[in-house]
Amino acid sequence: MLGFVLTVSAPLAAWAQMGPSGAPAPSPVAAAPSRAAVYSQTLPNGLTVIVKPDRRAPTAVHMLWVRVGSVDEVDGTSGIAHVLEHMMFKGTATLKPGEFSRRVAALGGRENAFTARDYTGYFQQIPSSRLEEVMTLEADRFANMQWPDDEFRKEIEVVKEERRLRTEDNPRALLYEQLAATAFVASPVRRPIVGWMSDLEAMTADDVRAFHRRWYSPSNAAVVVAGDVDPQAVFELARRHYGPIAARPVEPAKPRAEPPQQGPRRLVLRASAEQAYVALAFKTPHLVRMEAGESQRDALALTLLSAVLDGYPGARLERALAQGADRLADSVGAWHGLMGRGPQQFVLDGVPAPGKTAAQLEAALRAEVARVARDGVSAAELERVRTQWTAGAVYKLDSIMNQARELGSAWALGLPLDSSERLLDQLRTVTPEEVQGVARRYFGDDGLTVAELVPLPPDPNRKPRLAPVGARH
Amino acid sequence: MKNIAIKNLFALGIGLFCMKSALAVLPVQQWTQASGAQVFLVESPAIPMLDVQIDFDAGSRRDPAAQAGLASAMAALMSRGIAASGAEPAFDENQLAEAWTDLGAQFGASAGSDRLGFSLRTLTRPDLLDRAVSLAARQMAQPAFPADIWQRERERLGADLREARTRPAHVAGLAFARAVYGDHPYGYEVTEATLARISVEDLRASHRRDLRACGARVSLVGAVSRQQADALVRRLLAHLPATGCGALPAVPEVSALAAPQTLALPFESAQAHVLIGQPGMRRADPDFFALFVGNHILGGGGFVSRLTEEVRERRGLSYSVYSYFAPGRHAGAFTIGLQTRPDQAPLAVQVSQDVLRRFVAEGPTEAELQAAKDNLIGGFALRVDSNRKLLDNVANIAWNGLPLDYLDRWTDRVGALTTADIRTAFARIIQPERLVTVVVGGAAR
Repeated sequence: MLGFVLTVSAPLAAWAQMGPSGAPAPSPVAAAPSRAAVYSQTLPNGLTVIVKPDRRAPTAVHMLWVRVGSVDEVDGTSGIAHVLEHMMFKGTATLKPGEFSRRVAALGGRENAFTARDYTGYFQQIPSSRLEEVMTLEADRFANMQWPDDEFRKEIEVVKEERRLRTEDNPRALLYEQLAATAFVASPVRRPIVGWMSDLEAMTADDVRAFHRRWYSPSNAAVVVAGDVDPQAVFELARRHYGPIAARPVEPAKPRAEPPQQGPRRLVLRASAEQAYVALAFKTPHLVRMEAGESQRDALALTLLSAVLDGYPGARLERALAQGADRLADSVGAWHGLMGRGPQQFVLDGVPAPGKTAAQLEAALRAEVARVARDGVSAAELERVRTQWTAGAVYKLDSIMNQARELGSAWALGLPLDSSERLLDQLRTVTPEEVQGVARRYFGDDGLTVAELVPLPPDPNRKPRLAPVGARH
Repeated sequence: MKNIAIKNLFALGIGLFCMKSALAVLPVQQWTQASGAQVFLVESPAIPMLDVQIDFDAGSRRDPAAQAGLASAMAALMSRGIAASGAEPAFDENQLAEAWTDLGAQFGASAGSDRLGFSLRTLTRPDLLDRAVSLAARQMAQPAFPADIWQRERERLGADLREARTRPAHVAGLAFARAVYGDHPYGYEVTEATLARISVEDLRASHRRDLRACGARVSLVGAVSRQQADALVRRLLAHLPATGCGALPAVPEVSALAAPQTLALPFESAQAHVLIGQPGMRRADPDFFALFVGNHILGGGGFVSRLTEEVRERRGLSYSVYSYFAPGRHAGAFTIGLQTRPDQAPLAVQVSQDVLRRFVAEGPTEAELQAAKDNLIGGFALRVDSNRKLLDNVANIAWNGLPLDYLDRWTDRVGALTTADIRTAFARIIQPERLVTVVVGGAAR
């Protein structure tokens, strides 16, 4: 749910990260220690260009980020940001369907795209000598996407298959879809990124074209290049290829603020599975800027709390609930949505051990948070978590792809480009008292939604209850 | 649990099975230590970190049939505690996990079909590196294998297996492996029953027999010199026996299929999962490059393969459609996979089989081969542009006994291929009239 991202092509589906018990993983927390320079410029038409040189190998990654995702959608056309992402591969005024991918392949490149709640991104990994060619291609489709309706009719079927694959045949994904739709009533984070099947059925080619016109403006986009490149040369190429795209104002989506939740919500999903599963989602503050502020300190402390509970093998939840002969759980987890354009949650989850119930596990998960609220955490636990994050920040430097993703994501969320480093610095300042404080204040019933998966044993003779909705073919 | 789902290794290998390579400008250094361990090093000084991979010929192909999952169980249990040794203290599972977290390092074991491998990722700050190497050496040589924890893990693995059998992709994978591999160890299914036959004494016996310094292939990429690498590998393997690496029992080859087989298994799911294939190639196959590049054109090359074009782009039948070889010590499967609404499965099967038949009969066109070469040769640097990728490449050279200039010659080998090479190789390896076809999902037919 929180860090869930869809891609246009399956081979890179690892982007849709899964957490410890099969649930989607949280936003990445660790931060890069590298003070390696990042360069950025804004073109006259409003496009942001961000460059991070890394000269270890003669390769580069070129990404185009658009600040539009499922949180910008409205009822009836859910999933359209993701469908548009698929259709961006279908041609331009001068390129036939499929030609974009053939050209990238001919350059020795690899490519894909992804859609999340908060943004849509396109990327090519290439030999760095080929940067100008992929920039030419990307700028062309950003400005001039064009395809016949027949291409849409085929691709929407592909997207429906993607929804069946990722969600309808995946009980825990279905549960998280229902959880978001239950916890949130007004905020657009209530809708799945891939969209409801009925909305996919009803979507038209012109809906997609209109969505592209509204959101794909230079002032709502950023180009990120990392790798074996010279920043000034990249700026010059960006001016040449993206510069001529006409500026256009983008009207932001309506705020649709979530009204306060004033009591617990609960849902049960019965689906074909062997193991039960339960998730407890608490509404919590998240990081919206890098400056200090009370809710900002709370957001940081909540992220440390999640790491103390479940940030490493043998952390508190596993030790208390998933070990020993009479263990309550076969797996447990905790994570916090630290960043996003919409509201976030802190989630505790787990799979009850055989003979144990979801209710027992639910109570035990909450008891572990209560234990922190009562007894606090040790300085040694916090130090352990920080050590791990600090090392992780070094390891992350091994991938130019990760570096580009971090920069693009910071831009999309309206955060400064050095937020990764500043975040790690700020996390270092969180005290045991602050962690204990958030454990006391955010884990009552008022903002809680509990989602329980009740397994139905598979029955080969039962008709699929998830029969293709409105299948017409 | 990851380790036990052996069949899934193939599913995870989509598009990744292919050859690994490293960079001419980063030469692979190789030497053999007094213990017999072979060391392969690429110095990569830019980031203060080190990746190490240590492989042994102790993968799941050596599991007894009745104890399928033994190698994976051993790998899983090796992170669950260290036994006391002399003056060195014991670590229980939580102390061990905390020790690694406090070092900011990662160390783990996993069992593939052929290899039992350990991987270490650590910072190279001297105090941290020193402690990480000491801890890894003890963890490899002195595992505690506590009986109560094996009991718990076995129960968890059993629960995971039962859960997996409620998923159509897993059920399809099991049926496909049975049909393609017959009774070859590559096709062994790990079940609650085979796990129940594994005791901690079995784990200890396997460990004693299989982990010997003389059989280790050690690959390193990172900010260390040859001298440092040599010393730290000696320390990593110091507690393991350095003798007794005689010839291991031969494992039989995968038998060719005698007849086609089609399995349609009803399943309550929104999609049918389709797998089509047969035994493929050994890693040592002389036509490895022809088959690799041919598969790139057929179904391995992302958006521009023939299968993607026919199944997804032209007909909108599946989000994901792919083909791959899984070359190992033996002929791992050649697999085509896709998922589609159950009523469309017959069409998707027919289209995929037609694409394969035609490819085997006619081979690629000159234009397709040129496009594949442009992509693979032009993009070669993308295979070696991080320490992680380099390590995979070095370990591939180490494990498969490839020449040290393998990476230097990689683009030449690809560039020299002709359409006839690919057609001939596919015709020898793939028999479209004897395919296994598995469809899981939709009502009984």
